[in-house]
Amino acid sequence: MAESSIALRFFASLRERLGTGEEQLPANNIACVGDVLEQLRQRGSEWTQLLHGDRVLMAVNQAMAREDTPVQPGDEVAFFPPVTGG
Amino acid sequence: MLRIQSAPLVTEPALTLLEGDAPAIGAVCSFTGLARDLGDHSGVESLFLEHYPGMTEAAIQDVIEKAAQRWAIHRTAVLHRVGEIQAAERIVFVGVSSRHRQEAFEACQFIMDYLKTSAPFWKKEITADGEGEWVEQKVSDREAALRWSDSDSA
Repeated sequence: MAESSIALRFFASLRERLGTGEEQLPANNIACVGDVLEQLRQRGSEWTQLLHGDRVLMAVNQAMAREDTPVQPGDEVAFFPPVTGG
Repeated sequence: MLRIQSAPLVTEPALTLLEGDAPAIGAVCSFTGLARDLGDHSGVESLFLEHYPGMTEAAIQDVIEKAAQRWAIHRTAVLHRVGEIQAAERIVFVGVSSRHRQEAFEACQFIMDYLKTSAPFWKKEITADGEGEWVEQKVSDREAALRWSDSDSA
C-alpha cells in the first residue's frame, strides 16, 4: 500500500492554513513534484493560492527539490514556506 | 557536533570540544544567536520554532561540508533550539576551529548565513494573548547567503 502512494508533508504556515501536516497521495500519474502540485491545486482556491510561486519551497526525500524533480512511489514530498531559523 | 534540541542550549561543552584540539588548532570562532525582546510584530512574548526533523540535520550537514571544502577548518559545532523559546534565550550556536583565525571567522559566518536560508526551521512569534504570527524571511538574510556565491563553484 505504502509503495503505491507518496507521503506528503506540510510545514509551518502552509500546514496551518491547509489544515494538514501529512497525508498519503496515490502515486498514479505522478512523475515529478510539479504533478503533485497540479493535483493539490485542484482541491480549491486556498490550495491554488498557497501552493503557488516562489513562496513555496519543496523537498523530495528531505532534499531541496524543484517542480521538475522526479517523484517515485514511496517517496516523501514536502512543501513549506521560506525558512526563518537561526 | 550537530544537535537540534528543545532543551535550553548549553554552549560551554561545544566550546570545550572545539578548544580541546589545541595546540593542533590555534583559533576558535563562534556565534550565538539570542531571542531579542522585540520581534517583528508588537507585543511578542515568546517564540516557537518548528522544524523538519531529518531534513534539518541533513541541510546543516550539507552546509558544514560546503564550508569544509572552502576553508581549512578543523572541527565544527552547530546547536539549534526548537519548540518554545523565551526572550534572551539562545536560539542557535555555531562554532568553528581552525589553525588560523581567518578560516574560523569566515567559515563561522558562512555556516550561519547558509543555515538561515537553507535549514528548514520556521519561527512563530507568540503574543501575550496566545496568538501567533509566522515570521517572514528577510531579504537581508537571502542577500547575506548570496554574497558567498560570487566565487562559489557549486
